[in-house]
Amino acid sequence: MKEKHMNKTIKGIAAPLSLANIDTDVIMPKRFLITITREGLADGTFADLRFDSTGKKRPECILNKAPWAQATILVVGDNFGCGSSREHAVWGMRQLGINACIGTSFAGIFYDNARKNGLALPIVSHEIRDTLLQFARNASSAEISIELDSQTITAGEISASFKMDDATRTSLIQGRDDTLDTLKYAGAIHDFETRLGDKMRVSVIK
Amino acid sequence: MTKTLYDKLVDAHKVCDLPDGDMLIYVDFHIMNEYTSPQAFSGMESKGLKVWRPEAHLSVVDHVNATRSVEAPDAQSKLLIDNLEKNCITHEIAFYGLGDLRQGIEHIIVPEQGLVVPGMLIACGDSHTTTYGAFGALGFGIGTSEVEHVLATQTLRYKRMKTMRVTIEGDTTLGVTAKDIIMKVVQVVGAGGANGFAVEFAGSAIRSLGMAGRMTVCNMAVELGARAALIATDQITEAALKDHPHSGQFAFKGESWVSDPEAVFDEEFTISGTNIEPLITWGTSPDQSISITANVPSALDYVSPKAKMALERSLQYMGLTEGQSAQSIKIDTAFIGSCTNSRIEDLREAAKILEGRQVAKGVEAIVVPGSAMTRMKAEAEGLRGIFEAAGFEWRPEAGCSMCLAMNDDIAMDGERVASSTNRNFEGRQGRGARTHLMSPAMVAAAAVTGHLVDVRNFR
Repeated sequence: MKEKHMNKTIKGIAAPLSLANIDTDVIMPKRFLITITREGLADGTFADLRFDSTGKKRPECILNKAPWAQATILVVGDNFGCGSSREHAVWGMRQLGINACIGTSFAGIFYDNARKNGLALPIVSHEIRDTLLQFARNASSAEISIELDSQTITAGEISASFKMDDATRTSLIQGRDDTLDTLKYAGAIHDFETRLGDKMRVSVIK
Repeated sequence: MTKTLYDKLVDAHKVCDLPDGDMLIYVDFHIMNEYTSPQAFSGMESKGLKVWRPEAHLSVVDHVNATRSVEAPDAQSKLLIDNLEKNCITHEIAFYGLGDLRQGIEHIIVPEQGLVVPGMLIACGDSHTTTYGAFGALGFGIGTSEVEHVLATQTLRYKRMKTMRVTIEGDTTLGVTAKDIIMKVVQVVGAGGANGFAVEFAGSAIRSLGMAGRMTVCNMAVELGARAALIATDQITEAALKDHPHSGQFAFKGESWVSDPEAVFDEEFTISGTNIEPLITWGTSPDQSISITANVPSALDYVSPKAKMALERSLQYMGLTEGQSAQSIKIDTAFIGSCTNSRIEDLREAAKILEGRQVAKGVEAIVVPGSAMTRMKAEAEGLRGIFEAAGFEWRPEAGCSMCLAMNDDIAMDGERVASSTNRNFEGRQGRGARTHLMSPAMVAAAAVTGHLVDVRNFR
């Protein structure tokens, strides 16, 4: 299968979302989850932050203001993506045009979901994050550049390194399909199963 | 070399190391529901792949189904339910659908069916899969792409977590439950405090819990960011493995799944069990909790402007004022259910409070047993009669229901719910809905008085 190569540099307008503990219920409210496809989730993304109960855009929401309405990067509060495992949150963010979120910590399942969908999550210190939040708040300077190879973030005069585990970085850069890649190790999986014997061989009663 | 229980479990399931630094780990058992699996099946099919080991999976309907009857709440929900059944038929996977006496919330039915034993690795497209740590099994939630990965390879790509031990030493006092213990841990460690960690719970307060309580503790460990939760096995674990439909199927021979005595953890927390009081959440994150005898925080309690702002936002959403007493918070709805607290033991605790009492005027009270088997057991024990006599609505069908309100059990804008569930996020139980988390007995007590109240006054 052809592998889609990702741009090693992610560049764009960054929007500040400084609230801590933004959970996946907030990123993708449950009323958008009743679906069997991955598509059509852009409007649901951050729906209750972006729109009021009548569906009108909330003017105070940063994602509705110029230039941040065009944001492709978010600078986020601590523990972003906590709560439910719903991958719909990541699908929706990608469909909204978000390519990266810079933060101090992400919930584990969200972090793994992001990797599978080409959403980069560079991890920085609180100090750097707060500096980047400040930078992103300034409408005239809001463009940030993230270099995956060198693990560097550049924002105006600011240059900072970020953390990202090697496997995630490799997967993002290659745009790899993990399922297909793992099947290259089918032999090792068979060997493991042979060693396992009857131990833990679950056979669910139908 | 000494090892933690977590490291023993990871080592026992490691298939091989991968060149990029990940490892492949083997998934003994995988559970699916109707809302996080559809795109996994279609993804697998679009790549021309087959299910690696169909008998190692179980599918169950629990998130979108109605609880008043087996009829789907709407056409779109029916599509999800029918789609799961169709996928299971195509791929020869066990399916426990609506009307099946084995159906219920996934994390309630798996132990009922005897499908979890110590030493297993269990994955599920649901964050509360940490529940299985109560059995000394490694359980964790995964996203839909990983569901596809497990279906097609029976493995996951995995990075070893750091380890944390939370010790709760000293017996809890009367009226304090497993729910209060885990809510206290979330309060102390913080909502993201265990991101990147596997957490083992230890100490006398944990050891003295039964399996239901241990499951409640491990279930909500994900609210502190833990990707896995564990409790060492003992006689209580072993006793819980007998007499289920799948009991004896696996070659588990009572091996002891515990951390070595000298094992070193990356982080340690110690909490006094004796000092834990019944807790309620006041805010919109599970770590925003206080004792039922305390007052809602005020801006004076915080130093940083960011924390003051977060407090203001939470209080505004929750419709509360700074410094107001917890017991002055009036409720509209009482909800007992969810994978955290809808087991028979939870229903018994709530029924003790409700016996001979009445739900306050104007309060809507609902109880959704966690599984068909739980419901039948509760009915046989006379619990249904107690709930109904008190004015609770007893729902005949099991499901996640108002915990995340994906079905038609939705709280209205501004509606205040005393809830035995696990998340008090903005909009979780409905757009604008206000959730207060607490133990099932505390929910029952709040239903009776019409406001949050100390359950210890009821004994």
